[in-house]
Amino acid sequence: MYNLIGAGLVVIGGGIGLGQIGGKAMEGIARQPEAAGKIQTAMIIIGALLEGLAFGALILGA
Amino acid sequence: MAVATKTIKFIAVLVLALSSFSVFAEGGDQDEKGNLIDSPEEIKEYIAHHLKDSHDFHLYTDNASGKHWGFSLPVIVWTKDGLKTFMSSAFHHDDQGKVVVEKGNARLVKLHSKIYELEAGAATVNFDESHHATNAHKVLDFSITKSVFGMLLAGLLMLLGFGALARSYKNGKSIPTGFGRVLEPLVIYVRDDIAKPNIGEKKYRKFMGFLLTVFFFIWILNLLGLTPLGFNVTGQIAVTACLAIFTMVIYMFSGSKDFWAHTLWMPGVPVILRPVLAVIELVGFVLIKPFSLLVRLFANMTAGHFVVMSLIALMITMKKSFGVVGSTGMSLVLALFITVIELLVAFLQAFIFTMLSSLFIGMAVEEHDHH
Repeated sequence: MYNLIGAGLVVIGGGIGLGQIGGKAMEGIARQPEAAGKIQTAMIIIGALLEGLAFGALILGA
Repeated sequence: MAVATKTIKFIAVLVLALSSFSVFAEGGDQDEKGNLIDSPEEIKEYIAHHLKDSHDFHLYTDNASGKHWGFSLPVIVWTKDGLKTFMSSAFHHDDQGKVVVEKGNARLVKLHSKIYELEAGAATVNFDESHHATNAHKVLDFSITKSVFGMLLAGLLMLLGFGALARSYKNGKSIPTGFGRVLEPLVIYVRDDIAKPNIGEKKYRKFMGFLLTVFFFIWILNLLGLTPLGFNVTGQIAVTACLAIFTMVIYMFSGSKDFWAHTLWMPGVPVILRPVLAVIELVGFVLIKPFSLLVRLFANMTAGHFVVMSLIALMITMKKSFGVVGSTGMSLVLALFITVIELLVAFLQAFIFTMLSSLFIGMAVEEHDHH
């Protein structure tokens, strides 16, 4: 029961983080469309790092 | 040319297989009592069974005749009586430890996809209250299981494809022919967009072999996981752990002088902090970075398979409230949608694993100008 609540919290945190990354990347691309490739790569790396953290918490919780 | 044509045929079969994942549930898979799966608990069990490795391919069970479609794989086990090999069909699809296979002095049973050897004198498996076998022990299992078969298949595909690509360069032509034309841009993508920016122009060449192998290995296995054959190789934690350990060993052993200096005795911070930082950095490089690599791939693929299987199971759970056509249509549309996303995830996870590996290698081989 408690681990389900924890999983929900992890997903909320991960969602906020991914939203921030995606939103800022979109802003960056809109401001400088020629840098889209680089921004996208950096976005995916940061997203992957965040995902690793969230999945680690989920696996340890479950 | 002949090899390239064969490869294209092979890939065509693979793509055909890819397009029919939803065949899975239509067969009406059975539980061990021979009833159709219809309760949530049975569906959960079925999905959990799919996520695990197994000793045979089970494609489809004909409900009327009780016939199983699929093929068995070789079992290679090391028992107290030495090495034993036989086909997994000897177990007759039994997974409850009921069928005993006798090989010499060893009596073997299959229980929850694991092979157990009965103790001397025991004829059947006895269980305690928590359903653990009391008179049998696990054996060293070197079997060609479904996952091992998947990895061998991926290796074979890579040998065929990249062998053809390498041969087409040998003729002195700079443009590859046949299937190599599909692979060359991917190889160049890994080199120019993953290896070069992260490792650096000077040193990237040494690591290209590993990065390319890991990239295509993970990608092909992820794609195989979307076929109805039901592979879940990159969703096995042992496989991803092994890949992450390869990365870890490579960057630890190719670390430059500056890398070790910065890890063990960080310049520019108070001396009293340096041992603390050394511990943190070492734990980071030895444990945390490989752990995040292996957990990311494992969890992503497991979660993907779980979601697809659950959506396919919707056609069973929603049958009462939406009718046969409604529930099947709903689960078909949703499963198709998620499977298309999984195609993207399959590439993305291979990309991220390679990208982070090259990032870590780049950290290790970097040399600083000292001011």
